[in-house]
Amino acid sequence: MTDVTPTDPGEPQEPQESSTATAVEEVAPDPHALDDAHAELLARFENELGAAVLDTGKAFGMPIVRVQRNEWRRAAEVCRYTLGLDFLSYVAGIDWMPAPKEGGDDGGSDTSSPVQPTETTYGITGSDGRYQVFARVQSTHGNVGITLKVDVDEDALLVQSWVPVYPGADWHERETWEMYGFVFEGHPALRHLYLPTGFEGHPLRKDYPLLSRVVKPWPGLVDVEAMPGGDDDAAAEPAAAEEAS
Amino acid sequence: MSALSFAVDIGWGTTLAIKTLVILMIVPATALILGYTFLLKMMSHMQSRLGPMDPGGFHGWFQLVGDGMKFMQKEDIMPAEADRRVFAMAPMVVVVSTFLIFLVIPAGPDIVVKNLNVGVFYALAVSSLSVIGVLMAGWASANKFSLLGALRAAAQLIAYELPLLLAIVGVVIQASTMNLQGIVGAQSTGSIFGFDGLGNPYILTQFVGFALFMIAAQAELTQTPFDMPVAESELVAGYMVEYSGFRFLFFFIGEFGTAFAFAAIAATIFLGGWALPASWGLSVGLMRFVGPAVLFAKIMFVAFLMFWVRFTYPRLREDQLQALAWKVLIPIGLLNIVATAILKVAM
Amino acid sequence: MSTTNPPLPEFDIDPRAFRTLADAQMGVELDTGDMILNLGPQHPATHGTLRLVVRLDGERVIAADPVIGYMHRGYEKLVEFRTYPQITTLINRIDWLSSFANEVPFIDAAEKLMGVEAPPRAQYIRTILTELSRISTFVLFLGEMGLQVGALTPAFYGFRDREHVVNLIEAVTGGRFHPNFNRVGGLKDDLPWGWVNETRTVLKKIYDACDTFEDLVAGNEIFHARTKGVGIIPPEIGAAYGVSGSNLRASGVDWDLRRDGAPYLVYRDLDFKVWTHPDGDSFARYWVRLQETRESCRMVLQLLDALPSGPIMAKVPRIIKVPEGEVWTEVENPLGQMGYYVFSKGATGPFRVKIRSASFSNVSILPWLLRGVFVPDVITILASLYFILGDIDR
Repeated sequence: MTDVTPTDPGEPQEPQESSTATAVEEVAPDPHALDDAHAELLARFENELGAAVLDTGKAFGMPIVRVQRNEWRRAAEVCRYTLGLDFLSYVAGIDWMPAPKEGGDDGGSDTSSPVQPTETTYGITGSDGRYQVFARVQSTHGNVGITLKVDVDEDALLVQSWVPVYPGADWHERETWEMYGFVFEGHPALRHLYLPTGFEGHPLRKDYPLLSRVVKPWPGLVDVEAMPGGDDDAAAEPAAAEEAS
Repeated sequence: MSALSFAVDIGWGTTLAIKTLVILMIVPATALILGYTFLLKMMSHMQSRLGPMDPGGFHGWFQLVGDGMKFMQKEDIMPAEADRRVFAMAPMVVVVSTFLIFLVIPAGPDIVVKNLNVGVFYALAVSSLSVIGVLMAGWASANKFSLLGALRAAAQLIAYELPLLLAIVGVVIQASTMNLQGIVGAQSTGSIFGFDGLGNPYILTQFVGFALFMIAAQAELTQTPFDMPVAESELVAGYMVEYSGFRFLFFFIGEFGTAFAFAAIAATIFLGGWALPASWGLSVGLMRFVGPAVLFAKIMFVAFLMFWVRFTYPRLREDQLQALAWKVLIPIGLLNIVATAILKVAM
Repeated sequence: MSTTNPPLPEFDIDPRAFRTLADAQMGVELDTGDMILNLGPQHPATHGTLRLVVRLDGERVIAADPVIGYMHRGYEKLVEFRTYPQITTLINRIDWLSSFANEVPFIDAAEKLMGVEAPPRAQYIRTILTELSRISTFVLFLGEMGLQVGALTPAFYGFRDREHVVNLIEAVTGGRFHPNFNRVGGLKDDLPWGWVNETRTVLKKIYDACDTFEDLVAGNEIFHARTKGVGIIPPEIGAAYGVSGSNLRASGVDWDLRRDGAPYLVYRDLDFKVWTHPDGDSFARYWVRLQETRESCRMVLQLLDALPSGPIMAKVPRIIKVPEGEVWTEVENPLGQMGYYVFSKGATGPFRVKIRSASFSNVSILPWLLRGVFVPDVITILASLYFILGDIDR
């Protein structure tokens, strides 16, 4: 099991190898610091929404705000009409649950995939539960943008739709619905975008397996002969997998 | 062809048979020549590529003959919902129209299948028959793309009949005859302000008519910039999309044969046809041999212009095409006729 | 509300009607005088497998519904099972005409999370190759938009001139279409000997090619008649739909992520002009890309002159493990704004990657844009928006 030390995203990142603390304290600039325009934008946003803001954070100069479930559309309206963020970049979903191991705890046949930690963490600004919807809006008249996140109740799976505010959210929400199963209230017609009609299941959920790896283990049967004198597996497994065990 | 009468005395029936045979052989041959020279070779060189190089050895001259043979032996596929008889007859109608135009084109002093006194009128009338063929093809294919193409084609072909006609009328007024041999003779024996070294090719006086004729002929042949009915990147061959094998071959022969025919008419009424200026004093016997060669050269020149435009310009949208015909070309044609008539009477 | 609210999209027909028609394999259907026409998925005008179901009244479109997903490869699922170098191989197949430009933002995201910075020479070479990819895809666009409008010849010129640039990219990376050249921390290899001079020669050829396209296509009256006034995207509506890149700049919006976005590669050191056009029609989109091709040539020349020497790879561990965090990189790809939101939990591969591809949003405006246009204009609009199916379908 990989040993992961969760680092507080607020601190400057160091390359993995050099974990030795030097005697001389170097004041490295905070890579996450918001510049003035973004800081002002964040302040105005919090001002407008008030109590609807559950948490804020920043990642490499980009502000992230988590809003309340029933204020999602109002957040969009504030962004578009009050803050002048007229460009919709995307609306997407995320499932914070770690993917269950293929084949159960005995270890699956897939040994080359990166092994993710088994504890559930929720990233910057945290989350109520497993599911979240996140979106980004920007301004075309400058260099400001903001990422918004909202929790989705695992039992109800309902999110307010942004289509009345940003018409472009139409396709993004259709894709998020078909990939995760979130129903967007107020969307004109939630139907499949990428997947064929009648597709069952929601593929991007973590408990939906990657079927190609289930059907055929990676790297699969390699039909070459073993190297003369070599006892190793002829299939050259990526070295990255070895560290895991 | 009274040319044969100097050699041997043959009856009416045999003459007819010979003429039919010659036409039946010439038309596909001209389609092939035009297709190879311009479609395969000229277009390729314009587009920085070589075109066929292998079939037949020298720059792939055999390519289209090989293509023809290939088409002949293909399976006859008909869409399940197509109207079988109309589907089969449509290419015939188009090809018949092509063959009929060749009847009046003179290639020498007496080398013409039938020297009609209303030659020009006949040629125009008969070239309009292809519209019916196109509509039949589009409807019978039971395919929405074909239908769109056929309807576009019908509107376009009918609209551009008029500029074609008006362009020719100017020449007819100037030559005072509709007989194609007469028009050729008038140009050959004519003179430009007293200088008769070049004869009087009507392209000089009827330059407006020539431009109109070329534009209208381009549209009649559904060639870019007027190839909406066959818009390759939208309708993928339009009304012809369901045709394959020898039926497509007929459409192909029809298209390029008609191109040759229109180029021949243009060469005849604007460039002087088979004749060289009469002041050069060439004998009739010599012209019987040189005439077809001269005509062929002039046809190649006109066809070169047509295909050059075809491979360069984008296509006009249907409504722009119609607007061009009705609002621009027809008024210009009418003015051209008026001016020609006035000048004819005045001078 | 401080800004006026542009009209919301109205759905002229019941969209549920399209659910059955578009999804089911239906044949010919005539519906009370209107005709349902299926453009695609196999069609010369839709660059790839895009299906456009349009309802026609004669030759006018009443409603249009794009059906995508014929090329959906499930990248966002696949990347959860791959390490960062493996993902690099995957993602340059998103926009395959300028594939180098897709790799760089992802690698940049990984480097940000790791706190690694690629050395200056690697940054310059990355910028040069990104701009060369932009040139190659735009030159193809200049030719093939002529083809969509009916002129057969410019398309060949586009391919021919693109060959020069693609050969350059192949000389450096070994791949014409899928270079797979970026590594976390830098690049795989350095430039070959003599490449810089060869590039200068090629750029001269591209300049001349742009002049040819300007005469042959952009100066053609029939092209004007076909593209001017066709498919006008108002800037606010375009931005609300997420239309980005040259499409939005052709509507007059002066926004270019190379100049305005977060510092990325070496664009801050470059002196370049951002081209806009006020009209917002198809001709404007063609014209903007033509100018941007020339501008990219100038940028590459500046970069070649300023190319520093030095290493091309920073010191990174053999096995790339990216610490926990989230990062969003957005860049100005040839097709528009491309972005990667990488969620990492400290493993050798990401936890989730959200890939924001430009053509997805560019095509989402089609139902709004195609109302009331003629069928030939549909083709013109599709050509002028310039999407790549891999970019839409991921």
